[in-house]
Amino acid sequence: MNYTTALTTCTYCGCGCNFYLEVLDGKVIGTIPCKTSPTNEGKLCIKGWNVHEFVQNPKRLTKPLIRKNGQLLEADWEEALDFTASKLKEIAGKDGPDSLAFLASAKLSNEENYIYQKFARAGVGTNNIDHCARL
Amino acid sequence: MTNSVAEIENAGCIFIIGSNTSSSHPLVATRIYRAKEKGAKVIVADPRQIHVADIADLAVQQNLGTDVALLNAVMKVILDNNWHDEAFIRDRTEGFEAFKELIDGVSVEDASALTGISAEKIEKMAEIYAKADTASILYCMGITQHTTGVDNVKTLANLAMLTGNVGRESTGVNPLRGQNNVQGACDMGGLPNVFSGYQQVIDQASHEKMAKAWDSGKFPREVGLTIPEMITGIEQGTVKGLYVLGENPIVSDPDSNHVAKALEKIDFLVVQDIFLTPTAELAHVVLPGACFAEKDGTFTNTERRVMRVRKAVDPPGEARQDWEIIQELASRFGYPLHYESPKAIMEEIAAVTPSYGGISYERLEGEGLQWPCPDPEHSGTVYLHKDKFARGRGLFHPIEFKPPAESTDADYPLWLTTGRIFSQYHTGTMTRNSPTLSSEYPENFLEMNPEDARELGLRQGDSARIASRRGEITARTQVTERLKKGTVFVPFHYVESSVNKLTNPAMDPVAKIPEYKVCAVKIQKDTQSA
Repeated sequence: MNYTTALTTCTYCGCGCNFYLEVLDGKVIGTIPCKTSPTNEGKLCIKGWNVHEFVQNPKRLTKPLIRKNGQLLEADWEEALDFTASKLKEIAGKDGPDSLAFLASAKLSNEENYIYQKFARAGVGTNNIDHCARL
Repeated sequence: MTNSVAEIENAGCIFIIGSNTSSSHPLVATRIYRAKEKGAKVIVADPRQIHVADIADLAVQQNLGTDVALLNAVMKVILDNNWHDEAFIRDRTEGFEAFKELIDGVSVEDASALTGISAEKIEKMAEIYAKADTASILYCMGITQHTTGVDNVKTLANLAMLTGNVGRESTGVNPLRGQNNVQGACDMGGLPNVFSGYQQVIDQASHEKMAKAWDSGKFPREVGLTIPEMITGIEQGTVKGLYVLGENPIVSDPDSNHVAKALEKIDFLVVQDIFLTPTAELAHVVLPGACFAEKDGTFTNTERRVMRVRKAVDPPGEARQDWEIIQELASRFGYPLHYESPKAIMEEIAAVTPSYGGISYERLEGEGLQWPCPDPEHSGTVYLHKDKFARGRGLFHPIEFKPPAESTDADYPLWLTTGRIFSQYHTGTMTRNSPTLSSEYPENFLEMNPEDARELGLRQGDSARIASRRGEITARTQVTERLKKGTVFVPFHYVESSVNKLTNPAMDPVAKIPEYKVCAVKIQKDTQSA
């Protein structure tokens, strides 16, 4: 048996509570609130206490999917990435960069949002980038 | 937030407006309870009698969309009684005269009629807020999700400036951000008008700086499209491809029938997410990303605190790190990126973003850092606007009350407002896939005052058909005194009974935020499934 913990930040609301995710043999089995966290000081709400549950839900996406004949079918990464990049390139080439739009994410990390907007702006050439801050 | 979460518990007065704090931000609500124990006066203004109202010194239930009328009347009372902070207004602000002229014309009686709150209670609110040594305003989407969202926020800023409740500990105008990293997504330039750190895309110096840093000046100096404008663009055929990263606009956007139709029509839709969301079901390509437990990085919370996220487990199956997927797509698109880790990306963020200039993974060990943190020696900023405002002097805006975009009438006689519940989160992608959380409220419901329920022949648990000018849903009736007669509430987490089929896509002209919090509906008993 291999038991480890990772100190991290909650993925639900904007409070930013810190807790340890408990990991047993590669599976997240629970959360322990962090007492030294400036926001939650050792407490958690019902969502925080149960945040590990969705992580290993069997409905998680595990493979890329590509629509073929109207159906989403499993594909390998090479095909999915090449197809996506080539479609984006084709549209930008034909109708200009502003015919593409990008939705960033309030769920993803700073680093991911940063390189995403960098790709949209510097790579594709559009400022059509927004996320659900208003929603 | 202008101030920090921990400061709330030392405030003399906490004014909560348009935030169901105990439900949506439980660990902020803890500070309110502690403040109350220490003697703080608590004011709650919300169309519903939310739980935190139960401990309030004064709780009022304003009619939907009447916040400006309420707050202007509160400020009228403050000025009439000379409870305002003359020194603060003189030394730190501008535009007071024009603002005062507008407030002088406000009638508390008229405001009372509009808001449904008695003049006595409006006067009491003004007195409690203005007489406190430190008063802290907490607000959330109940203030912003209106066609007058910007007006509402500016009016709260007027109130704080009028009484000198900005730039000091335990004061401020404090929006509670609803998503773990909505602050960070804004800070990082996930918006059509700004690069990271709110550097304007229309500003020539910023444009040149980023073009140099990124070795590409391809991006225009014009503001891009917001989400609602993207949807319109898709309908009109000007937007042909959409890349969606971890969002679910079919459930989260207003008038969602309309959004679904647009997305069904688009030439190319790629969705990167952790579950097959209703939006992903329409995609041409779905890319499996990693959830928070599977990645290294940082989130920025509602008090501007940048905190580490650390990887606990590997993503399932072949799912990949989101930054790696984006990097691969950018490279294949013809803009090669070569970051080795999230840490390396943060080094670039710090280099090009003034407010994140002093942030590094080494320094984030422990409690994290609150921006602005401009250099490696800076210890971060607990509260903003200390000696001066970002723009120099704080500007008063004279703001007149404007009614919501849609009103009730003979056909649609009830007011509908929407929001979250304590055990669910946003479109339910995570919480509804969590057995414990999902079991709290497995299905959608409609909260309604007993009198309205009686008139409509609805009893607790009855299935009700709720229709607006845009769509119809069914939900189970919950009869509750927490709503005033004439106003009903439905949460927005349930795709099979999606209240955003009903909501009004009318937007604030500046912030482009839709009016989720007000629309007109009609309700009848659902005889088919009752």
